[in-house]
Amino acid sequence: MTLLAPEKVSSRLSHAVNDSLVLTMRHLRHIPRIPELLVFSIVQPIMFVLLFAFVFGGAIQVAGGGYRSYLMAGIFAQTVAFNGASTGVGLAEDMAKGLIDRFRSLPMARSAVLAGRTLSDLLRTVLILIVMSVCGLAVGWRTHTSALSITGGFLLLLLFGFAMSWIGAWIGLIVPSTEVANTAGFIWLFPLTFMSNAFVPIQTMPSWLQTVVAWNPISATVQAVRTAFGNTGVAPTRGFWPLEHAAVVSVGWSIVLIVGFGVLAVRRYRTASSR
Amino acid sequence: MGVAIRAEGLVKRYGSVVALDGMSLQVEEATVLGLLGPNGAGKTTAVRVLTTLLDPDSGTAEVAGFDVRRHPDEVRRRIGLSGQYAAIDEYLTGRENLQMVGRLYHLGKAHSRERAAELLERFDLVDAGDRIAKTYSGGMRRRLDLAASLVASPPVLFLDEPTTGLDPRSRLGMWDVISGLVRDGTTVLLTTQYLEEADRLADTIAVVDHGRVIASGTADELKSQVGGDRLDLVVTAGSPLETAAAVLSAICGVAPTVDQHSRRLLGPVAGGAGTLIEAIRLLDEAGVGIDDLALRRPSLDDVFLSLTGHHSEDETVAPTSRRQRRQAERSTS
Ligand SMILES: Nc1ncnc2c1ncn2[C@@H]1O[C@H](COP(=O)(O)OP(=O)(O)OP(=O)(O)O)[C@@H](O)[C@H]1O
Ligand SMILES: [Mg+2]
Repeated sequence: MTLLAPEKVSSRLSHAVNDSLVLTMRHLRHIPRIPELLVFSIVQPIMFVLLFAFVFGGAIQVAGGGYRSYLMAGIFAQTVAFNGASTGVGLAEDMAKGLIDRFRSLPMARSAVLAGRTLSDLLRTVLILIVMSVCGLAVGWRTHTSALSITGGFLLLLLFGFAMSWIGAWIGLIVPSTEVANTAGFIWLFPLTFMSNAFVPIQTMPSWLQTVVAWNPISATVQAVRTAFGNTGVAPTRGFWPLEHAAVVSVGWSIVLIVGFGVLAVRRYRTASSR
Repeated sequence: MGVAIRAEGLVKRYGSVVALDGMSLQVEEATVLGLLGPNGAGKTTAVRVLTTLLDPDSGTAEVAGFDVRRHPDEVRRRIGLSGQYAAIDEYLTGRENLQMVGRLYHLGKAHSRERAAELLERFDLVDAGDRIAKTYSGGMRRRLDLAASLVASPPVLFLDEPTTGLDPRSRLGMWDVISGLVRDGTTVLLTTQYLEEADRLADTIAVVDHGRVIASGTADELKSQVGGDRLDLVVTAGSPLETAAAVLSAICGVAPTVDQHSRRLLGPVAGGAGTLIEAIRLLDEAGVGIDDLALRRPSLDDVFLSLTGHHSEDETVAPTSRRQRRQAERSTS
C-alpha cells in the first residue's frame, strides 16, 4: 500500500466516525422496539444482586466489612463482562441475516460495524450499571469514598466492559451461527468470573490457583473498583503484584484486550461472509 | 462503449466443491447481462466475487474500471448489490433502512432523506415506509432490499435473483424499474433461474453450469444455436402414439421425442408453415387425432436442455408455487 495523502487520511477518519455513529444510532433505535431485550438484560443483574445479597450475603465472612458490600463490585464486573459478550450475539445475527454482506458491499469504514455495535453496547452497559447501583443501594450497599473516586470506579468498569465487547465481537464473527454465538459467547465467562476475587477472597483458594486468579483481568478490575468504592474490607492484596496495582493493571488489561481483539475482529470482518 | 464488468478465469473452491471453475464474462456499459443457471451453478458465488465480498482463488475481475481485489473501496463506491436474500434491518422502518444506507454511502443527511422518500415512492412502499420492516411481507422486503441497492444511484448494479418471491405484478414492476435504469445508463448484472426473465430483460445471456459459462450471446443467438423450429404435436387420447411417431419421423427425418404421459411429440423441422400443412394432412390420413399442433421456435428452456443435458429446474430442491404451477401445466397439457 502506498502512503496516503494527509487529507485522505482525515477524510477516512471522518468517514469512520460518521459510519460508526450511523450504526450506533441504528442500535439505539432498536432498544425501544425490542423492549424485551433491555428488560431481560436489566432483570438479570437485579436478580444477581438480590440472590447474592440474600442467599450468600451471610455465608462468607469478610474481615472489616459486610459481604454484601464486598460483593457488589464483583457483581458489577460480572454483569459488565457478560453484557460485553452479548455484543457477539448481535453481530452473529447481523451476519445470519445478510446485513454484514450488505455493509461489506458499501464504501464504509471496515471498523464501523464493530465500533457502532461496541459503542451502543457500552451505552446499554451504562444504563445497566445505573439500575444495579440503585438496586444495590436498596439492599444496603454503600460507598465510602469521594465522588471522584466513585466515578473512577464506574469508568474502570465501563472500560473493562468495552474490552469484553471486543472479545465478544471477535467471537461473534468466528462462530458459524447465532445459536453457537449464544453459547460460545458466554461459556468462557464462567471460569473467567469465578476464577477471580469477584465472589470470594483470594486467600480462601489453593495457592496454585491464587497466582492465576491474581492475574485474571477480572480480579484486577474488581479489586480496583472495590478500592474506588471503599468496599475492600480488609481483603489483603499483599504479595499479589497485579492486585497491589489493581487500577493500573485493570486499565492495562482493558487496553491490551481492546487493541488485540480489535485488530483480530476487524481482520475477521474484512473476510466475514454469511456462508 | 466501455466495458463495465469484466471477469477472467475466476476460480473458487470450497473443499472439493468447485463453485467457480474458470468463469469469464464481460458486460458492456448500459447493458444487462443475465446470468442464467440452475441451483448450485455458481451464480451467487460469481456475484459475491464481483461485489468484493469474496476473494477468488484465482482469476481477475474488474468492475467500473477497478480491480475488485486491489481497489475494493473504489469498486464499492460504484456498485449496488441486492443479494439473493433480502438484507434489511427488521427493526428499522423501511425509510430508516434506506436513510441508513444513504448515510453509509456518505450522501449526507438531507440527500439521504430525499433519496429514501423517492425510492419508497418508486417501489410502492410509501404506505409501509414508516412501519418496521419486520412487519413487511416477503415481497415488500425484497423490494426494500432492491431499493437499498439503488440509494446511491450506482453505475453498476448486481441483482441476485431480483424477482424470486415477487408476485406477477411486482415482477412486472421490477422489470420496468430495471429497464428504466438501463435506459439511463446503468449496467446491470442479474442472475436468474427464469428463462423468460433473461429473455425479456437481458441484452446478453450467459448460461452458467458447474461454475463456468457454457454459452453466451443474445437470446436469439442462443436459440439459433439449438437449431431451427420444431413441430409440437399433442395427440388425442385413444389415438396410437406409435402411428403419430411414425408420421413425424417421416416428416422430420429423425424420430421425435415422445412423452407418453402428456401424449406429446416433438421433432425438428426445416421448412416453415408448409410443413405444418403437410403434417396435418399426413396425420389425418394416418387417422391420428390431433389435440394441438404447432410450430415452435426453441425456447431458452430448450437451449438450456441442449447445452446442459438437464432442465433448468432439475435440481430444484424446494419448488416455488410458480414452478409447481408450471409443472402442473406441463402434466395436464
Ligand atoms: N460457503 C460455502 N461453502 C461450501 N460450499 C459452498 C459455499 N458457497 C457456495 N458453495 C457451493 O458452491 C456451489 C455454487 O453455489 P452458488 O451459491 O454460487 O450457486 P447459485 O448458482 O447461486 O445457486 P442458486 O440458484 O441455488 O442460488 C454450490 O455447489 C454450493 O454448494
Ligand atoms: Mg444463488
